[in-house]
Amino acid sequence: MTGRKRTAYLLMLPAMAWLAVFFLIPTVTLVSQSLQEGSLEEGYVLTGNVGIYAEVLRDYAPQFGRSLMYAGLATLAALIIAYPLAYTIALKAGRWKNLLLVLVVAPFFTSFLVRTLAWKIILGDDNAVVDALRFVHVLDADGRLLATPFAVICGLTYNFLPFMTLPLYASLEKLDGRLLEAANDLYASAFTAFRKVTFPLSLPGVVGGTLLTFIPAVGDYVNVEFLGTPQTSMIGNVIQSRFLTVGDYPAAAALSVILMVTIVVMVMVYVRRAGTEELV
Amino acid sequence: MRTTGSADQGDLRLVEVTKRFGPMIAVDDLTLTVPAGSFFALLGPSGCGKTTTLRMVGGLERPTQGRVHLGDVDITDRKPYQRPVNTVFQSYALFPHLDVHENVAFGLRRRGAKDVPAKVHEALAMVELADLARRKPAQLSGGQQQRVALARALVNRPQVLLLDEPLGALDLKLRRQMQLELKRIQTEVGLSFVHVTHDQEEAMTMADTIAVMNAGRVEQLGGPTELYETPATVFVANFLGQSNLLAAGVSGRSGGDLLLDVAGSRVVLPSARSRCTTDRVFVGVRPEKLHVLAAADAAGRAAVAEGHNTVSGVVTDASFVGVSTQYVVRVPWGQDLTVFAQNLRSDDRFRPGDEVVLHWAAGNAFGLDGDEDPDAGRIIDPELEPVAVPDNGAVSKSVP
Repeated sequence: MTGRKRTAYLLMLPAMAWLAVFFLIPTVTLVSQSLQEGSLEEGYVLTGNVGIYAEVLRDYAPQFGRSLMYAGLATLAALIIAYPLAYTIALKAGRWKNLLLVLVVAPFFTSFLVRTLAWKIILGDDNAVVDALRFVHVLDADGRLLATPFAVICGLTYNFLPFMTLPLYASLEKLDGRLLEAANDLYASAFTAFRKVTFPLSLPGVVGGTLLTFIPAVGDYVNVEFLGTPQTSMIGNVIQSRFLTVGDYPAAAALSVILMVTIVVMVMVYVRRAGTEELV
Repeated sequence: MRTTGSADQGDLRLVEVTKRFGPMIAVDDLTLTVPAGSFFALLGPSGCGKTTTLRMVGGLERPTQGRVHLGDVDITDRKPYQRPVNTVFQSYALFPHLDVHENVAFGLRRRGAKDVPAKVHEALAMVELADLARRKPAQLSGGQQQRVALARALVNRPQVLLLDEPLGALDLKLRRQMQLELKRIQTEVGLSFVHVTHDQEEAMTMADTIAVMNAGRVEQLGGPTELYETPATVFVANFLGQSNLLAAGVSGRSGGDLLLDVAGSRVVLPSARSRCTTDRVFVGVRPEKLHVLAAADAAGRAAVAEGHNTVSGVVTDASFVGVSTQYVVRVPWGQDLTVFAQNLRSDDRFRPGDEVVLHWAAGNAFGLDGDEDPDAGRIIDPELEPVAVPDNGAVSKSVP
């Protein structure tokens, strides 16, 4: 082994050790746990019970579906909100750019739980938002926002918005204004130039942002916990209760593995489709 | 320049155009006509307003005052995408996410043109890039990118093609090649080209008409030969090539000639070649128009042609450049004159310290207003500055 190679391996060592301890070993444990049988009192034994996967899929299909739907809608909403925001910060904000960026990440200064609890108050039954919506008859007199899918999606959108905004900002900020001048010069109106130049060039940001939003959102359980009901529960809530409340480790582990595999497959298909590897 | 009667149909006219950026005046009351079908160069140092002028024609800047006309149409208020004008940008500004073919097709597609692939292919063939149609811009060399940018603009057959220092990023050899290429293409397609450059050689090689710009104004407008042989201002004389400017006073007239006094020496200049109406004149002589003789040979005046002006001096520097030798000659009143002498013989060169006589035909000089700043427009390039005079009289080493 040459000295150079040895240095490279040495430099990789801490990361490798970290991944082994906190990713590889837990994953193996998780898979093995999903194939065990038994009970909390008598202990679990590895029996290779693959049937558990079909079982949990059948039992918790609605929660899986909701997870994908809520996360998908939240990602879409975050994209719609974050794109104009990132565009403005990157291309139009001038000297306010840094201040606005700080404001985007400002929510991180408080805890995730506290922020979600704040939404519980904002959407609460006797507060301004609900009152206003009742007044304009968007909601019935006894209609509510809290404990609805809408509240859960709102919470998800809000909590993951910075993860959408920052990658979008990063890719829009790199945009060369001279390309837009060239597009204008070549008979593209401002809107066409956006459609044909700005947006395609920001695709790496769109892909990055949607992944960073969608992946944590699918597995989230906090938002349902505070803003939803059992009727809106997502797969994260099931896993949490199986693991911590019921103590049904094999089912919880199987659900976790399914969720992980689903996300990996979806991400792979998505990245292929978006063709990011062809983008500069 | 076009000779057909319809030429003025597509003339580009700037009328009293001024552009201010805050307190800074970039273009100052500029009036200019670019005849249809001509290759027109805007030449000047950086910051002279030439690029701003180009951007106002393209619609990327709006004039603070004045109008821009193309043929009979006032295009001042039109958006860039509503003008029959295309630009080859200095940075090329190729779309990185589109391949060469799609870059070139961009303008055609926006206007819903027919036969896009055929037209794109034709344009790429013209710049000899048909083979690379499916490459991305990042996979091309600088020269190839430049040609894509050219094809992308030309394919739209604009009435006026604007070129914003398109050759600036290329190395010298490629630049020369592209200059000839551009000129060929312009002749071939017959469009008006407006070419912005700070490279006087580039402007002279390609353009039919050159407007020399300085501080937002046109100093002089004319053909390359005219500008070079009879510059109107000190700025033009210094910016376009090099000039030796001798401060002189008018001491009399004789027929069509001005009799001048240059620090005691009598110098003749045809009055038709002088722009100056006062008594203070700069006599301008280009370095290649000065002949050098050894003082001993010139003493009999046998070698000095009839009607030539003479000045004696001492060689202080000699730089051998191959085809020519560049001498710096100090004349009695302390001024250093630059001389380019062709190396016609391989054994006949002067060394620093040699006493020489410089002479030039009266009709090869030009006269300028003696009240101007003699350094206006001089390009400060340390490599062109004469090196210190060596005491031992050896030929100084010039930059290879």
